[in-house]
Amino acid sequence: MSDFDYSAMDSLQFDVLREIGNIGAGNATTALSQLLHSTKIDMKVPNVELLDFQDLADMIGGAENLIVGILLTLEGEIDGMMMFMMEKESAHHVINILMNRDLEDFESFTEMDLSALNEIGNIIAGAYLSSISTLTNMLITSSVPYMAIDMAGAILSVPAIEFGKVGDKALVIKTQIVEDDIEVSGYFVLIPTLESYSKIMASLGL
Amino acid sequence: MGNMIKVGMADFNICKAPDAITTLGLGSCVGIALYDANRKIAGLAHIMLPDSQAVKNNSNVAKFADTGIDACIDMMVKNGASRIGLVAKIAGGAQMFAFGSGNDMLRIGERNVIATKAKLKQLGIRILAEDTGNSYGRTIEFYPETGELLIKAVGKPPKKV
Repeated sequence: MSDFDYSAMDSLQFDVLREIGNIGAGNATTALSQLLHSTKIDMKVPNVELLDFQDLADMIGGAENLIVGILLTLEGEIDGMMMFMMEKESAHHVINILMNRDLEDFESFTEMDLSALNEIGNIIAGAYLSSISTLTNMLITSSVPYMAIDMAGAILSVPAIEFGKVGDKALVIKTQIVEDDIEVSGYFVLIPTLESYSKIMASLGL
Repeated sequence: MGNMIKVGMADFNICKAPDAITTLGLGSCVGIALYDANRKIAGLAHIMLPDSQAVKNNSNVAKFADTGIDACIDMMVKNGASRIGLVAKIAGGAQMFAFGSGNDMLRIGERNVIATKAKLKQLGIRILAEDTGNSYGRTIEFYPETGELLIKAVGKPPKKV
């Protein structure tokens, strides 16, 4: 089952992964808008892309752009990682809304902010994963969230290395969420292992 | 001032003074600056994984500590550097996320650093400076004119080694 080759994926398989991204992020967007009591959060059409390692960080503003990355490892019937990323400014926006604070504060995160961010990551990643679990009828459990605030290239090196073990490209299911008047952009990246791809495809009859 | 040559993830390149060479946002990967001080030729490899023998798909030599360093030195030699007397400065190998214990993914940065040092030792290349480990990303720039490696990290003053 581990002979799945994502460089040879056909358009149907791309569509399936896109749909998984759609459903997962749709649920996560709902979770986020409930959390923030906002009805203006919207989701863009997801992209499924095979990217060279060099180009990975360009999806979120380049290798040196400051981002917040929340990583969960997946266990159960699907192994791998999922990552939720926000540009640092977006993370500040979300926290400021949540904490009822001045919307112009972009200076620094308090201890409380960091744990709130972690929890946000946990809630929306959980929403994302549970919808995939329902769709594929497979059990997926995740680790506690791990968070890092650093350069995009450095944060993305972690999933890139996982892909590097099996190939020279990274398959990225990317979904962007946007809150219209305050520009909150978040990106989901789902990184199943090769064997898990085969399982996902098989569970959907492909 | 010369040009700044960029090296991406799982890639390597060389430069000659007055040009300089850089790689952005090193996380758990390791950046290896190799240097021929007499001819002022530098190579920079950005490796992701310790061992090309441990994975099936190892066609991209730039990805691994063992094969990436060899390939980078070959390119330097082809461009006039001497294999004898090369020195190195290394940076990166951070642990970006504080994973719990027992998770193999957590130690990849550390393993990259160990493999890099072992390879350099095997080749008889002295490591003049290193800035490895910890939990933050690094951007590095190497200047063959002076042999200096500049290390930049978020929220920290730039450091020259």
